[in-house]
Amino acid sequence: MKTAFPVFIRRFLSDRMLLILLACLFLLVWELAAARHWINALFFPAPSAIGAAMVSQLADGEALANVGATLERAILGLLLGCTIGLALGIFLGWSTRFRQLFDPVIGALYPIPKLALFPLFLLLFGLGDQPRIALIALASFFPILINTIAGARQINPEYFEIAQAYGANRRIILFRVVLPGALPSVISGLRLAAGNALITAIAVELMQGQGGLGAQIWWAWETLRISDLYVAILFTALLGIGSHYLLEFLSQKLLPWQIEQGKAPATNPIPEI
Amino acid sequence: MKEFSCLSLSKVYPSRQGIVAALDDLTLHVDSNEFLCIVGPSGCGKTTLLKIIAGIQAPSLGKLTFTQPPPQRAPRCAMVFQDHGLFPWLTIIDNVAFGMETQGIPIEERRSKSLLWLEKVGLAAFTRHYPRELSGGMRQRVALGRAFLSNSPILLMDEPFSALDAQMRLVLQTELLQYWADKRQTVVYVTHDIDEAILLGDRVLIMSRRPGKILEQHRIPLSRPRAPQDITRPEAADLKWRIWKTLQAEGRLKPV
Repeated sequence: MKTAFPVFIRRFLSDRMLLILLACLFLLVWELAAARHWINALFFPAPSAIGAAMVSQLADGEALANVGATLERAILGLLLGCTIGLALGIFLGWSTRFRQLFDPVIGALYPIPKLALFPLFLLLFGLGDQPRIALIALASFFPILINTIAGARQINPEYFEIAQAYGANRRIILFRVVLPGALPSVISGLRLAAGNALITAIAVELMQGQGGLGAQIWWAWETLRISDLYVAILFTALLGIGSHYLLEFLSQKLLPWQIEQGKAPATNPIPEI
Repeated sequence: MKEFSCLSLSKVYPSRQGIVAALDDLTLHVDSNEFLCIVGPSGCGKTTLLKIIAGIQAPSLGKLTFTQPPPQRAPRCAMVFQDHGLFPWLTIIDNVAFGMETQGIPIEERRSKSLLWLEKVGLAAFTRHYPRELSGGMRQRVALGRAFLSNSPILLMDEPFSALDAQMRLVLQTELLQYWADKRQTVVYVTHDIDEAILLGDRVLIMSRRPGKILEQHRIPLSRPRAPQDITRPEAADLKWRIWKTLQAEGRLKPV
């Protein structure tokens, strides 16, 4: 392919470089636009102002406290929801009878927006952290449950036959066939569940304060400290990226027999000209 | 001495096209330490027969009787499949050890025996690999190891080498003859390859089209130990021709 750019520019403009460059350019234009009052700094504070707010939040420990509170709720809820979802999913995936029994129940409960249940949970669990964690658990429970059932069901029946032919008991079938066979699907469920947990954690904090990034967002809005608002959103995005890479790492560790399959080359090779 | 008998086995199962009869009144006696080969047209119920012997499926009619009580520390039957035989999520060494694991044999013993096997078949460098990283021939060596190390008195093999290329098939047939000479388990070996049946077996059964029953049986007139070139001896060629004619008359056998 012929190109107008000489080789050294093409090399320089590798994908990641380009992304960083574009981001810097965007921030620069934003900064300039805010300084020259082309945009209303009340709604769009300059990146430097947001950066300053971030530094001060980091310095006085407020950032850490908020991120920590959100993260703690999300992780506790996720662990709770995943444990129950995985156990029930394996059981229902394995037992045709109970699956048929529970299928309509799952179908009915799954589409309910979990946030709509928050007032009910407040009634049931009181005003502490329990209703939030319970709601986060419920939001992460369904993706794990549904993916685990699907994962256990798509295991090739031949693997069960081999295990049976070699006289495997139920414990060995569980640990050597059902769990590892369903694991790829469980991990996809875990990704969805982690996203749900984070979303739900922030949403319940928005609705009912008591610390965390959601509460910070709401508080910043009510007091019109727009820089703080942006900082909180930024931290939320960072949590999202962090959990994405953590789960990527986890799935490579847990699915070693699959990694080479879809592994993309680490760097994008530059085509020879 | 007889190892087991299949008495008037019939098997029907429902399918979308209606009821399919896989086996019809099939009676079969297998001696201890015998290498029995079964040939027959595709889809004649050979796999169903093996699964019934393995206890994976129950016959619709008839019964299966074993002379010996089930062994204490081994499954009654070990199976080798054409493909999908190894667990993709277990390492090679764990796959080899699986037949011992189901019997509660301690992990050190499983590991050391599996490692010995892998050394014997030249796969010692692959113990921590996963099946998909191995070639088809290597995978079947692992599957053979799992079957032999399970110490089952009966070995059931369902076209184990049919997915391999011709050369690799010959290599593995020769290896199988060696391993079997050491162990002398009772083997029921299903194949659609007449040469393979003659090279490996003591006796060959010919099954009919579905629903499967036994058309005829032949003793294989070759002495042991055998080598791949034995298949070119006149008595072997003669037997091959007779089996081929029977199968052709039965029809629908794909030309090989």
